[in-house]
Amino acid sequence: MADLLRFATAGSVDDGKSTLIGRLLFDSKGLFTDQLEDVERISKRRGNDYVDLSLLTDGLRAEREQGITIDVAYRYFATPRRKFIIADTPGHVQYTRNMVTGASTADVALILIDARHGVTEQSRRHAFLATLLGVSHIVLCVNKMDLVQWSQDRFDEICDEFREFAAKLTIRDLTFIPVSALLGDNVVERSANTPWFAGATLLSYLENVHVGSDRNLVDVRFPVQYVIRPQTASHPDYRGYAGMLASGIVRVGDPVRVLPSGLETTVTAIDGPDGPLTEAFPPMSVTIRLEEDIDISRGDMLVRPRNVPHSSQDIEAMVCWMDDSAELVPGKKYALKHTTKWARMVVREIEYRVDVNTLHRDLDASSLGLNEIGRVRLRSTVPLFCDPYTENRATGSFIIVDEQTNNTVGAGMILRR
Amino acid sequence: MTARILDQWKTLESESIHIIREVAAEMQRPCLLFSGGKDSIVMLWLAVKAFAPARVPFPVMHIDTGLNFPEVLEFRDSLVSDLGVELIVASVPDAIERGLVREDSSGSRNRIQTPVLLEATEQHGFDALFGGARRDEEKARAKERVFSFRDDFGQWDPKNQRPELWSLYNGRVSPGEHIRVFPLSNWTELDIWNYIEAQNIPIPSLYLAHEREVVDRQGMLYAVGDFIELRDGESSSIRTVRYRTMGDANLTAAVESDADTVAKVVEEIETVRLTERGATRGDDKVSETSMEDRKREGYF
Repeated sequence: MADLLRFATAGSVDDGKSTLIGRLLFDSKGLFTDQLEDVERISKRRGNDYVDLSLLTDGLRAEREQGITIDVAYRYFATPRRKFIIADTPGHVQYTRNMVTGASTADVALILIDARHGVTEQSRRHAFLATLLGVSHIVLCVNKMDLVQWSQDRFDEICDEFREFAAKLTIRDLTFIPVSALLGDNVVERSANTPWFAGATLLSYLENVHVGSDRNLVDVRFPVQYVIRPQTASHPDYRGYAGMLASGIVRVGDPVRVLPSGLETTVTAIDGPDGPLTEAFPPMSVTIRLEEDIDISRGDMLVRPRNVPHSSQDIEAMVCWMDDSAELVPGKKYALKHTTKWARMVVREIEYRVDVNTLHRDLDASSLGLNEIGRVRLRSTVPLFCDPYTENRATGSFIIVDEQTNNTVGAGMILRR
Repeated sequence: MTARILDQWKTLESESIHIIREVAAEMQRPCLLFSGGKDSIVMLWLAVKAFAPARVPFPVMHIDTGLNFPEVLEFRDSLVSDLGVELIVASVPDAIERGLVREDSSGSRNRIQTPVLLEATEQHGFDALFGGARRDEEKARAKERVFSFRDDFGQWDPKNQRPELWSLYNGRVSPGEHIRVFPLSNWTELDIWNYIEAQNIPIPSLYLAHEREVVDRQGMLYAVGDFIELRDGESSSIRTVRYRTMGDANLTAAVESDADTVAKVVEEIETVRLTERGATRGDDKVSETSMEDRKREGYF
């Protein structure tokens, strides 16, 4: 069986990020001849003396014209062991929101470092954002090792420097790999140039990293997404609650409590895409049927009677602001989406703003501008059934939407209170 | 004891069903764009699963260019009647007759589908249109959101897309605007075929190897018939071919293949070295950003 792994790549074009992705795609046959010819043709027309693999990932006109990555691009490749989804994110500080977006669904974050420059402000920022977004596994690809003569001392120096910074973050799993994306060393094939390196190649790491345990299989959280009531001759009494199981394991026969009503009943059936199931686990989309006919609608949540999420209108959260037209200011009202529920909210207070490069906290901050991250206290119009983001990505996250423009203007991660 | 890990196709299936249900729950009037090609067939299949045992709570719409392979139209009609979904057909030839659009000198009706699509969207008041596009198809699509916002003119602005995080989708629109939704964003061509095989999904016979009279133009094999005529000096031959994509019969080329079962198609796709559009579409080769430009105008 092959499962699916999502990883985000962070770094700038100068670090060789596109070359590394191009190399992964090419060596694993995720790249097609016509795509490569296309890139060769355009590189030649522009007078480059090398094939510019960034043209593979920078698909928009503006990106190609300016030679930068503006937005997240999604790339796909597969090996017999796994299917991979790459969220390729831009490295520059003005695109922080795009990196946050790409990291929000990633199991693994791949941070590129140029061996000549070592750990930079940018690499520290990427590591901070990856941990903020709850990415459990971080891989540091120390690239361009060929330009530092494959020096083990240089590699160790960079690892030590990064570890020192990483101590300030909560990184569950940290891996370092010396590579040359351009020449392919340690990307797919083991390199003879690094006999001192005993670890896995990048592809082998990605194929084998264990992400199954990163999911929360303990706390049952089933946000009701859609109520299925056929009311047809063949199914006159069918009433099912459809949704994607956010966490925990639900079995037929389990007692459940419905939020917000608090009523308790029993799971009588779980209908999956191919028919009845005895149990469901995340991220399955299923339809749950219950013993009693209770009034349940979208935005409600099914949980276990003795394991309930926090229910509150007062929320503390880290917010990444993404709007380029207006700042996040206390007192202004916004729309908010949490699981399957829309609410309105107002920011009561900005507690501090984080400098994404130094982690310094500015306690005097009174607003959050584009790409800025801060801790805020907000109040919503209805209670949210939530868990801390560190324990539950699905019930700990929300988006903020501007009610005038309908734009998504912020992303929030709920903190333990 | 199981590790409780979903395989890759079950994961994709679950994600797509979640997206489809989200649209049905939040949007006023969704509609599924159906072309009769493999991607829209899989998308419709997933929509049926998402609401079973109830019916799919939205219609499907086919923008009929008038240049479809007859096999595809027959397949479309039998599938929608089997699944019990409502079919709306918006016809490009009708629109030409009414003067809404003008025939392009190239003979391609790709571009002129867009006004027809937008007119039908407005007429029916659709605020969400499901499309079967995949991000692996084309480099501009690699950047497109699952919920892709379109303004009053149906335009996509690639530099001003809404951030899209986790699986929290924002479908809020003002009157006249709509959202294009791509539930198959994260599927690749191979994923689609593996799923068709695993689920035993019916597909038009054109996807499987058959004998056909074709003409070779710059390595592209076009079916000789109602839509393609031999030019001076050209000769045709009978070859064993299949189609990798379903587009207009005057633009879509076949590939030489002996894959006459879905299992053999899967094997072929695993080893093929050309993208499906690169191998079969005469309309994407215009410029390096032609897809981005068409999407800006409101194309699928």
